[in-house]
Amino acid sequence: MDAGIRRLVDISETPVAMRMRAELILERAGWAAQVFQRYDRATTQSIADAAARAAHARARDYAERVVRETGFGVVEHKVQKNELSSLPFVDYYRDWNFVDPRVDPETGLLEIPRPAGVVFALVPSTNPIATVYFKVLSALLTRNAVVISPHPAAHETCVDATRTLADAAVAAGAPEGAVQVLEEVSLPLVNEFMRSEKTDVILATGGTPMVRAAYASSNPAIGVGPGNAPVYVDASADLRAAAARIVDSKSFDNSVLCTNESVLITLESVAKALERELVRAGAHICDEGQTEALRRYLFHERGFNVEALGRDAAWIAAQAGFKVSPKTRILVTPIRLIGVGEDLSREKLCPVLGLFVARSHAQALMQARGLLRYAGAGHSAAVHSTDEQAIIDFAAAVEVYRVVVNAPCSQGAAGFGTGLAPTFTVGTGFFGRSSVGENVGPQHLVNWTRIAWPEDAGRRTEGGGVPRLRHRGPLPRAPSDGVPGEGREAVAPAPRPGSGPGGLSREALREQIREIVAAELRDLLKDGG
Amino acid sequence: MSEAKLEFLEASKTWWNPNKTEFWQDAGVDLVIDRREGYCLYDMDGRRLIDVHLNGGTYNLGHRNPELIEVLNAGAQRFDMGNHHFPALARTALAEALAECTPPGLQYTIYGAGGAEAVELAIKSARHATKRRKIVSIVKAYHGHSGLSVKTGDERFSRTFLSEDLLGEFVQVPFNRLDAMEDALKPGDAAAVIMETIPATYGFPMPQEGYLPEIKRLCERHGALYIADEVQTGLMRTGEMWGISRYGVEPDIMVIGKGITGGMYPISCCVTSPQAGAWLKEDGFAHMSTAGGAELGCIVALKVLEITQRPEVRSMVRYISDYLRSGLDEIQSLYSDFFVGIRQHGVVMGLEFDHPEGAKPVMRRLYENGVWAIFSTLDPRVLQFKPGILMTQSLCEDLLRRVEAAIGLARGDVRGGGGRRGRAG
Ligand SMILES: Cc1ncc(COP(=O)(O)O)c(C=O)c1O
Repeated sequence: MDAGIRRLVDISETPVAMRMRAELILERAGWAAQVFQRYDRATTQSIADAAARAAHARARDYAERVVRETGFGVVEHKVQKNELSSLPFVDYYRDWNFVDPRVDPETGLLEIPRPAGVVFALVPSTNPIATVYFKVLSALLTRNAVVISPHPAAHETCVDATRTLADAAVAAGAPEGAVQVLEEVSLPLVNEFMRSEKTDVILATGGTPMVRAAYASSNPAIGVGPGNAPVYVDASADLRAAAARIVDSKSFDNSVLCTNESVLITLESVAKALERELVRAGAHICDEGQTEALRRYLFHERGFNVEALGRDAAWIAAQAGFKVSPKTRILVTPIRLIGVGEDLSREKLCPVLGLFVARSHAQALMQARGLLRYAGAGHSAAVHSTDEQAIIDFAAAVEVYRVVVNAPCSQGAAGFGTGLAPTFTVGTGFFGRSSVGENVGPQHLVNWTRIAWPEDAGRRTEGGGVPRLRHRGPLPRAPSDGVPGEGREAVAPAPRPGSGPGGLSREALREQIREIVAAELRDLLKDGG
Repeated sequence: MSEAKLEFLEASKTWWNPNKTEFWQDAGVDLVIDRREGYCLYDMDGRRLIDVHLNGGTYNLGHRNPELIEVLNAGAQRFDMGNHHFPALARTALAEALAECTPPGLQYTIYGAGGAEAVELAIKSARHATKRRKIVSIVKAYHGHSGLSVKTGDERFSRTFLSEDLLGEFVQVPFNRLDAMEDALKPGDAAAVIMETIPATYGFPMPQEGYLPEIKRLCERHGALYIADEVQTGLMRTGEMWGISRYGVEPDIMVIGKGITGGMYPISCCVTSPQAGAWLKEDGFAHMSTAGGAELGCIVALKVLEITQRPEVRSMVRYISDYLRSGLDEIQSLYSDFFVGIRQHGVVMGLEFDHPEGAKPVMRRLYENGVWAIFSTLDPRVLQFKPGILMTQSLCEDLLRRVEAAIGLARGDVRGGGGRRGRAG
């Protein structure tokens, strides 16, 4: 075709084309979501399981590819994250039920789950595959349709991973289009998705501008703020264990989880001993010159130097202009100030850890609180201590919604091994200008219709038998008359799915429609006089 | 009805078409289409109607599809209709794009401005290629109202203008009757069989399994060409790009109109095999048409082809077809003594009513309920039900809700009692 004509017809960069592109994908997702809501629990669970199996099987492959594509992170750690956010993730929610009605034992209310519909999910470059897994599986568990918008830096692998999950889900019976991915991304296109009325909720994980844009879109959004976790080691802590956990956590996937420790706060009485344990665990304690070099290298006028994102300690030291052993796992930079005036007290998505020595327990708490007021509000904090009162004092002082105790914060705050819900979207709540203060999961993608009786009508209990919803299952395929094997004759006699027990039988449905019609007729009569 | 509308209708009678204007008033459809957007029409008095007539698929992608407007505007910065005597950038680009997406064997595109003209071109090409004159079509077929095309259809349309075939060159056989088709072709004097893949104006009776492929075989055996009129069944309306492909037929000539430019800048296309279009190599000036394949239309058509072939669209068509069918099945079970059949292939649908003119009250009741669908002129038992391929779930649900109410009321109109019980008049 003539190149000039091709250019003329290709209007894909125009705002109109962007809008229509978004609309088409969202409309298809809308269909999938509506059909998905007809599914019963067993089918829903088997779809999520199938997708999780496919995700698990490719965990290593995608970890390797995404490290190659983005140029950062640690393959082994990404494998762990990817695996954890597939089968164990779905297992974690196995006993939850997002499909059937339930009785609230406290109030006697009967509650019916109502999926959000179409979830528009942004995926960051830091934990791309794990986040794709987490968001897709959360949507599938709740019978939502999801559109994944990958970060440009991890685009190719995310597209492939989403397709793998989509194919597995559809093969297991999910409505087609329930899982989609943007094959090209650009800011204007993403904005169209966020602004569209056909998006029911935005699940935004990523940089602050993106999250704020999600909230500004006028659509419901679950967006979370950045982290900047303080980790407090008090005098009662097992210093060796604490140091080992901190170094493990800070070096985990080169610190790209937003739950990673940012500044270590400790007390004068144990500082020296703690430093020794840190070194023993693989940390390099920087001198003043090295600290200054890192400060300059890591922070530019516009903020954190993304070149350092997810790189290893030796690489970063070299960039900053000094050498450390290649075995070095993290770089520790002593600082004397927290907040404005000390860049090293900002979020660092790389294995560089600030170290602040406080003069007293009270000062340590104040500084930890100050660190989070400066950045990372609502996110995470960690404490290593054996003193329960000190722990609760610390937790009450810092403005975050999760505090992990004697555990690596990267993994622990994200729910791995701590009993917190496993997640790659850490709700920063009101402290952190977010709508959710919990670890975000499938439960946040469902609202419930509450059915209420007068209080004197007697209280319902779960044992009293909860009426079931009529799940009609997938749409029957319409006939294509005249096409051999697809015509009316071939299609019609098949029993309608879901017309068995629990489903709405044809008779019952007819009866229901008859009632509606009768009611409408009564109204008509009234109007017509 | 507003004063303004009354006044306008008078003007319409005076200056445009008195009988047609009156017909619609008598039929209870006082529609004067003003604004239009997506799958909705707005009457000049402001009432919204969901459009499931779509002018036979013209508005397949919705009224005033924003991408088509965009590309038309862009095109207008550089092109106009063009000069039909010269090789033209946009015409050739569209012809190439059509050759890529039409069934194998088709190569050239000859352009018209409307569907009938493209049918005209198909017939003329077939006659030239075979050196025969006879054209076989289906009783109650509809291929347009120009000189040759009108002769393929019902005499109701040609007799008025003293234009019916008197020379026996146009033969019509009943639909779905292979014996009759074979009899018509056996003498070996037919240039072509022209078939709507699913006869629209006849109410979308569906071809029996094997019917169309067998006609193609008969054509081959008796030296006739197969002309597929895809004016209403093309462009994804059956869930595939061309309805004829779903039936496994590779035609010699294909006619495309209506939806090819989404109603934004009309052109029509007659796509032929090299043999069927042989005159293009021998005497390219044998046919001409100033507005045929107007280049702005070609630009729009290129975008239409691109949009309709997006993978998401395929899945939309499936959802819309399945969902509407499932809903219509429920509605049918409520009014099974009146609403007696559903003919369907994709979003090409005909709803059958058990009354000789049953589709007319349904049309009127639908209109009252905010839906515009038209009865089949050549079989008024059947309502043509032609939703668009990009309809959203919520609009489809809205549509079904209205259809259920309207059919209930129409049943009352026809059967008495029931739907309108207790209401005077
Ligand atoms: C199947 C078919 N072929 C041809 C035509 C003629 O098209 P036009 O009205 O553009 O001349 C029509 C119009 O309704 C049609 O439905």
